[in-house]
Amino acid sequence: MHRTKVKKVVMENVLDANDTLAGANREKFDAAGTYVINMMSSPGAGKTALLERTLDLMRRNKLRLGILEGDVQTTLDADRLARFHVPIVQVNTDPGFGGECHLDANMVRSGLSELPLHDIDILVIENVGNLVCPAEFKVGEDTRVMVYAVTEGEEKPLKYPLMFRSADLVLVNKVDLLEHLDFDLEQFLGNLDAVNPGVQRILTSARTGQGVEEWCEWLEQRLPAHERV
Amino acid sequence: MHELSIAGSVVEIASRQANGRRVTKVRMKVGHLRQVVPSALAFSFELVTEGTPVEGAELEMEEIPATGRCRACAEESRFGGFPLQCGSCGGFDLEILSGEELLVESLELEEA
Repeated sequence: MHRTKVKKVVMENVLDANDTLAGANREKFDAAGTYVINMMSSPGAGKTALLERTLDLMRRNKLRLGILEGDVQTTLDADRLARFHVPIVQVNTDPGFGGECHLDANMVRSGLSELPLHDIDILVIENVGNLVCPAEFKVGEDTRVMVYAVTEGEEKPLKYPLMFRSADLVLVNKVDLLEHLDFDLEQFLGNLDAVNPGVQRILTSARTGQGVEEWCEWLEQRLPAHERV
Repeated sequence: MHELSIAGSVVEIASRQANGRRVTKVRMKVGHLRQVVPSALAFSFELVTEGTPVEGAELEMEEIPATGRCRACAEESRFGGFPLQCGSCGGFDLEILSGEELLVESLELEEA
């Protein structure tokens, strides 16, 4: 049998479906008055350790934080943060397609029903540790914060520009190790500016607590003036 | 391997647009500024098309170069890599014109 081939012009953005869901998440956040941070980094850059410091410091003022943890497997990170008694929900990406390497808008949506958004001023979404994939998927966040450890080398902004370009703030973590490393901080910051000129950055150490105060102030500044403590 | 998710979305778009017909080719536009690895996307595409109307279809990817207009001198440049910098005045304040595409451009369908 003869079959005719026809061309159909589509012009459809591949990420449209995700972006639509991200928009719906965002409406939910806005309605609840929750400011949302999408926190991204490589595995082991210190996201969870920084969050421990953050939650510890934030206990002293009245800012109410919530955490949505994304991991391929385990609830280890959520367990670590449980002692701070803030709302935490763990989303495992494992039931997805063999364990997704990132959170997408739908996965975040699935975790939201377990979070009391109206009682959360700032929700931190701790994305799956991965320097590439999470940057492609909006989840409904207001802002993107990247954690970068000085042990990762100076050249990564040039090698993995997508995430560095999309970040609104970069927490340059593990700076307590600088004296033991050959890491050239100025060169790294130059590379960072090459892909994201002038992006805000704070030098932090989750181990010593350096910079955590400044990071918490940055967080407080995200809220509308009348809601600040 | 977010190419797997992207391939899944591509197949979903193609299947819906095909409306019951068999898809023999999918043409995509992939911007140079996206971190999509063509070989990884092609591999993922083959995996996720199995058992769908897109199974066996050829995936054609056109890479779109990164271009932008300088906000200082209004000149347009094409960028080979980072830093993205105006080719005329060296400025960094740029409006990206192309290179961020991730589109299903068109399909080739088999009419029964």
